[in-house]
Amino acid sequence: MSEISVGVVVFPGSNCDHDTEHAVASFSGIKPVMLWHNDHDLQGVKAIILPGGFSYGDYLRAGSIARFSPIMKEVIEFARKGFPVLGICNGFQVLLESGLLDGALSRNRDKKFLCCQTTVRAVNGSTIFTSLYKEDEVLRIPIAHGEGNYFAPREVIESLEEHDQIVFKYTDAQGLVTDEANPNGSLNNIAGIINQQGNVLGLMPHPERASEKRLGSLDGRGLFESLFRHIAFV
Amino acid sequence: MPYIAKIKVTLRQSILDVQGKAVDHALKNLGYSTVESARIGKYIEVTVNEEELVQAERICNEICQKLLSNPVMENYSLELEHVK
Repeated sequence: MSEISVGVVVFPGSNCDHDTEHAVASFSGIKPVMLWHNDHDLQGVKAIILPGGFSYGDYLRAGSIARFSPIMKEVIEFARKGFPVLGICNGFQVLLESGLLDGALSRNRDKKFLCCQTTVRAVNGSTIFTSLYKEDEVLRIPIAHGEGNYFAPREVIESLEEHDQIVFKYTDAQGLVTDEANPNGSLNNIAGIINQQGNVLGLMPHPERASEKRLGSLDGRGLFESLFRHIAFV
Repeated sequence: MPYIAKIKVTLRQSILDVQGKAVDHALKNLGYSTVESARIGKYIEVTVNEEELVQAERICNEICQKLLSNPVMENYSLELEHVK
């Protein structure tokens, strides 16, 4: 069987691009392809990942300048055609700035940059990114961000809830959605959301940092595996 | 003759301004007991080479909406001055 290509976009200032490449390459039959922000050619990839980091130094607002990188025009079109796009951390910020997802991420509630382990639940396990997770499964996936405080107007939150678009929530170790388990002040403990079409997911936790035994958790692998199974069978 | 746009981008009132809050606390710690609050925003100057004020204004509003502010959480205001 020939390998399936998955694109990882590299913006100036991305710093989780190679971690993501490493995680993607650990799945058999999947080949990571690095896509430079200044290019237009998506090289036949079947899914695209926007990695974490500080694209353009987070100048102006996190993700705001990367959103206008030449490759983003292609990524937006790719997403509009229904192909899977995953944004991790800074990648999530880029997806929000580009309008592929609704809402915004502001400064963490306690002003601090947070780099720590969190526990989350895939509250919607029926997406192409979470099909291998169970809804009550508590996942240990780390975060590393200064601006991860998810905000959206009330009508947007209501619409996200109505359409099952909230995919990950911060929880305690028992899987309960509590204020203490909310690291950054995100509305309703939101850690990740998906678009209505179900092909664009953004999340603050880093699944690529929880994809190998020596990293202390394998819980991020389910996300990649769900996605790769999906693209292998469509 | 170009115009210079003096743009202020501020967080919407409903958004928690953690930087402003930190400054507010610091000012109170310094003994400024009458300080009620502090909020932090961004100040940006953009020079546009346009002859007509209306056209300069149109472009600057577009720039603010497209890139300089995020309407989900920020407001902006702008003043245009003729550069002599």
